[in-house]
Formats: sequence, structure tokens, C-alpha cells
Amino acid sequence: MECNCKKSDLSLIEPVLEEYGDVKGSLITILQHAQEIYGYLPVDVLYRIADRIGSSPAQVMGVATFYSQFRLKPVGKYLIMLCQGTACHVNGSEKIEEALCRELNISDGETTDDGLFTLKAVSCLGCCSLSPVMMINGETYGRLTPAKAIEIINKLREESIS
Amino acid sequence: MKIAVGEGSCGIAAGAAKVYEALEAKISETDAFLTVTGCIGMCYLEPIVDIYEGEELLKRLVRVTPEDAEKIIAFVRGDGEAVKDIEIKDEDKAFLSQQTRIALRHCGIINPEKLEEYTDTDGYKALEKVLKTMSPEDVIEEIKTSGLAGRGGAGFPTWFKWNAARQSEDDEKYLICNADEGDPGAFMDRAVIESDPHNLIEGMLIGAYAIGAKEAIVYVRAEYPLAIERLKNAIRQAEEAGYLGDNILGSPFCCKMRIKAGAGAFVCGEETALIESLQGERGMPRLKPPFPAQAGYWYKPSNINNVETFANVSWIILNGGEAFSAMGTENSKGTKVFALTGKIRKGGLVEIPMGKTLRDVIFGIGGGIRDGKQFKAVQMGGPSGGCIPAELLDTVIDYKALGATGAIMGSGGVVVMDETTCMVSMAKFFLDFTAKESCGKCVHCRIGTKRMLEILDRIVKGEGKQGDIELLEELCLAIKDGALCGLGQTAPNPVLTTLRYFRNEYEAHINDKKCPAHSCADLVTYSIDQDKCRGCTLCSKKCPADAISGTVKSVHIIDANKCIGCGSCYNACRFGAVTRD
Repeated sequence: MECNCKKSDLSLIEPVLEEYGDVKGSLITILQHAQEIYGYLPVDVLYRIADRIGSSPAQVMGVATFYSQFRLKPVGKYLIMLCQGTACHVNGSEKIEEALCRELNISDGETTDDGLFTLKAVSCLGCCSLSPVMMINGETYGRLTPAKAIEIINKLREESIS
Repeated sequence: MKIAVGEGSCGIAAGAAKVYEALEAKISETDAFLTVTGCIGMCYLEPIVDIYEGEELLKRLVRVTPEDAEKIIAFVRGDGEAVKDIEIKDEDKAFLSQQTRIALRHCGIINPEKLEEYTDTDGYKALEKVLKTMSPEDVIEEIKTSGLAGRGGAGFPTWFKWNAARQSEDDEKYLICNADEGDPGAFMDRAVIESDPHNLIEGMLIGAYAIGAKEAIVYVRAEYPLAIERLKNAIRQAEEAGYLGDNILGSPFCCKMRIKAGAGAFVCGEETALIESLQGERGMPRLKPPFPAQAGYWYKPSNINNVETFANVSWIILNGGEAFSAMGTENSKGTKVFALTGKIRKGGLVEIPMGKTLRDVIFGIGGGIRDGKQFKAVQMGGPSGGCIPAELLDTVIDYKALGATGAIMGSGGVVVMDETTCMVSMAKFFLDFTAKESCGKCVHCRIGTKRMLEILDRIVKGEGKQGDIELLEELCLAIKDGALCGLGQTAPNPVLTTLRYFRNEYEAHINDKKCPAHSCADLVTYSIDQDKCRGCTLCSKKCPADAISGTVKSVHIIDANKCIGCGSCYNACRFGAVTRD
């Protein structure tokens, strides 16, 4: 089956398909590897996976959209993972989210026009004692206030310009 | 001397890895030896560094920064006073001394990356005992004596599940560990895997032997990369040492183990949904019966238990089921691990015998509410559980007593709330979670939670209508009746319990358009008292929305149109000049 979308380098996924293509029940594992390779799940890659494992593209899409780990769009330079755990919520994560959305002019799951920031609300990051918490490209920022969160964003923005 | 840095996920987030690096750079100046441990469970004091002389813990250092490395090195070299200011206080020592640790008994003590540290304690002795002296039936009998019940939430007797899987005749059986800890605010399973992975492996092997499985699978949340890495390492070590694979410890028992990383779906905590996910499908629950014990993974007999359940097994085998059942209450035996978070002074992991009260946990161990605020409620059991108010603080922790309050034991998430927490907004938070996580299979759950969320959203925005409470109640009951799995059946619990204990807050939002906790931004207005304002400019500096105008030493004014109601100014003002209504 063909799809008329942006072309990805499909050869990158072949070793993964080689290893797992015939192991039944491996779709999630294949998608996890694909996301690691491409940074997200491009549609043409999903078609290729479906073709190889003998499944329909709809079935593969169904699994890809079911789990929160998978994304169908590329992410910005900085991926802001804002913790939505209960402890963070009780300690004001909603206000952090509002402040970030306002500052970046995006909502949850979106990327800024300049491609710098993607905001993603995630389930508990497990740093409850530092709540509210966000993690940006692996770095944890804890005990946030709306002002502190914006300060961090501005700093990253300046860093990326300079 | 041994210097051990606590490197669980939360310790690392608090900076433990940087502390380790700083120590590593200097350790060669001494004859001490630097190592890591898992999570000791005192999250509020992370990063934590322990200094041992042989087996003896000489010093426990807390909130350690990389700059403290100098002091630690000085201590190792003989300056007894060097670490005085970062030493744990007696008050904080009580956090651990009030606990009884079984599932967590090695956590924060041994190095989770070293097999020999596990075997030097009591590691794999239970497996040896089982394989050399016990039949599978003996094992099930011992677990029955212990009274161990599933620690993942439902509290179903473990022996019963094992026995059912044992009774199902098939060449192929599977033992599965549910490590898809999705409940926001619970992290005990992660702590066990990160801090004591071999204990999980041993418990699973004993379970596999009991039911007759030759393959064991651990389904772990992908959000737990460190847990996955340490478990992978532990499985490899166990294979090399002959604890996993063919003819384990020279017996006829063979079992292999693998990890499957989940991809983020709360519903996969439900055992049949987890099985679907293991098979690479969307994690949607199956109709029961048949139960997994009859037709589970690939429709073969399967047994699924939670991490904490398995973490108790080796202890029970070594110490006897009676020793375990001696702890606890009539209907709940042994200990339970709780993840204590929220507005608590001392947050962390707490393992106590069943039968203690919520007050013991929150005020005795957790030190009560922080910042001198008042306790308001505690959420037990996450999105499937409920809020328990202050007047029920003396409720005993057991499955039945907690169930009677409308909450559940759940996996052990304990989120403490103070007077500033709005209970309607809290209920909305949980509904938002379950609405997003509903797999969509059952109409009541898929659409019902969405409608409930819309009503709650309206209420917190001050647009609640007469009849909303009754409509919520009707929806709650319909969803409970109409959903197939535990997610849907329990999704209304947070709303039902807050309606039961905090109905007045719902009424205040709907009738008076007020949020009694001053938390809902749309229902609170901030203004500045002209007589009290000194013009210090602090509030305008803190305002994230540039809503406050004024210059130094002049009275400041909040522009109501720009104000987002975040309360930053209220918290910042040192003169009590910012008022709210």
C-alpha cells in the first residue's frame, strides 16, 4: 500500500523489522524502536511496518494512537515534559501549565512555530518530593512557580539564539 | 569505609548523580570505597549519602550537594565534625524507625546492580528452600497461611490465583508481573525494581514454580527507564549465576524471564488489558470469565501479580506464612507500602503493618502538613480511590475499613491535601485522568467520564447549575454499573467520596460562585489593600501575567482583566496587602 506523504528513510527500520517482524505480538516493541530511530512515528513508516507484519495500516495506527508514549509529529528542540502526577497537581502544576501555554502560545502536545519548544503533559515523573516538576531534555526542574517556569523557558530561548 | 549514594529515580532527580560525580573525583584521595544504593524512601531528604564502617551505618547525610563532597572526604579522613551540618536529624530518623520493612527490606541498603550484595543478605535462599524442600502445593499452602493479598489494588488472595493457575492443565503457562504502575502518586513498585530487582526475580520464580510456568514476563512502564535498566542487568546476572534458565539450582525446574516495556496506558494495569498489550494490541480489557488463570496470555493459563506482592514472597518462604499473618488485622495480613506525597512535611515510601491508622502514617511518620497549614483530606488509591476527610483520620488501614470510607487501599498512593486544596478541582483532576485513560470499549466509561468532566469543569469555572450534583451522582452510578473493568467501575469514586464528605464545597461553587479553598482561578479575585501596600514591587515582579502596575514606593494595582488568578502575588506579599475573595 502506498501513501502520499513525506518520505522517510525506510531502510533505517529494516533491521528492526528483521528482528521482530516474525515474532508474534511485537508491534509495540517495533513502534518503540521506530520512534527511537525517527524521533516520532512518520506515517510512511507505519505503512511499512503494517506491510511487513501482515497487518492493516488501520490496525497499526490504532495501536500507535492508543498509547501515550507514541507521537505522530516531530518534537521541538526542547521537549518540556510537565508532570501531571497527583502530588504535582496538589502543589499547583495546573498554574505552571497555564503560564507555559501563555508564554509559548501553544497548548498541550503542540510545538511552537519556531520549532523550539514542545509541551507535553506527562504522567508522574516520580519526583514527587520536588513537585511541581517539569523535565526538559532529561534535566529535571523542581519546586516550580509560574514565574520560575517562564524564567527557565526564557533562558533556554536565549541559549538557543546565542 | 563505604560511601553509598542513594540513586533511585527521585534521588537522581534531586541531584544524586552530581553528588556521586563530585565524590568520585575525590575518592581516590582516601581508602574509602564509593558505591550506589537504591531508594531508602526518604524522598524529602534526597540526595542521601550513607557512610558505613563494615556493616555499621556511621552517618546518614541528607540534602547533600556536590559541594558537600569536600566535607565527606574530610570525614572519611578522620575529621568527625566535618559533616555535622548535613547529618540526618533525630526527628527524621523516626521516619524509618517507625516502619516495618518486608517488601522494602533491602531498598536503600544493598547495591541493586550487584548480585552478591543480594545473596550476602538472604538472597535466593528462599528459592533454594522451595526447590529443594517444597512441592508447588506446599508453596501455595504457605502463601495461603501468610494471608498475602494482591498489592496492586484489588486485594485478591494471592494463593487463590496461584492455585487456580496451578489447577489449569496446560504445557504452556505464563507468570506475569504487573509493573505498569500508572497510578499518579504511587511509586513503590518502581522503588522495589530500582532498589532490589533480584527480590522481584526471586518472588516471581517461586510463583512460576508454584503454578508450573516456564516463562515469566515483567510488564514495566516505559516511563521507568532506570528500573528497566536495573532489572535487565539483574536478569542477566541471575541467568549467569544459574538462578534463571534450565535446571535452576540443579533442580528439574526451568524458567526464563523477559521484560516488556509498556507504552503508556493506565488501563494496562487491568490484567486482561495488560495481556492484550503484551500481545502487541491496544490495551483493552477482555470479558471475564474466562479468567487469566484459565485463558490469559496467548489464551494460555497465566497468573498476574503486582511487584509489591512478589516482593513479599521470598520473605514469607524464609520466615513462614505465620510470621507474615501475625502482622495486620483480621482481614488484612502483613505489611503494605505507601507512597506518601502531596502537602506532607515528610514525603516518601512508608511500609507499615496493616492495622495502623491513617493518622499514624500522615502525622506519626509523615510529620503532618507542611507550612503550618491544616490537614483537609487524603486521597487513597489514586484515580480509582477516594478522598478521606479529617474526621476519619483514625480509620484503620485494612482493605475492609478503607473500603467502608468509599476509598480503597489501591496500590498505596497516599496524597495528602491541605486547606488550600479545592476538593471539586481535585475530583476534576482525577476525572480528567480517567476520561483520558478510558480505553473506549464501554460506552458508559468512554462517554460518561467525559460528560462528568464537562460538568465538573463548568462547576470550577463558576458556571455550575442547579441539578449538576444530582446529574453527577446519576452518572457515577451508571458508570459503575455499565463498565467492564476496574478502571471504569472505580472512576466515579473520587467524585462520589468528595460529594459524600465535601458536598458543601460543590454547593459553594454552584450557588455562591465561590471556591472555599481560594484555589479555582475563575472564582477568586485578587486586589491590593492601598493602606497596607508599601510599594516594594515584589508582587509585580512575581506576576507571570504582567497584571500588576506600580512603581517603587507607590501603591500597586492589579488589572483584573489581565489577572490569571494564580495567587503568586498573594503568596509573595510580605505585608499582607494582597487580599482575595
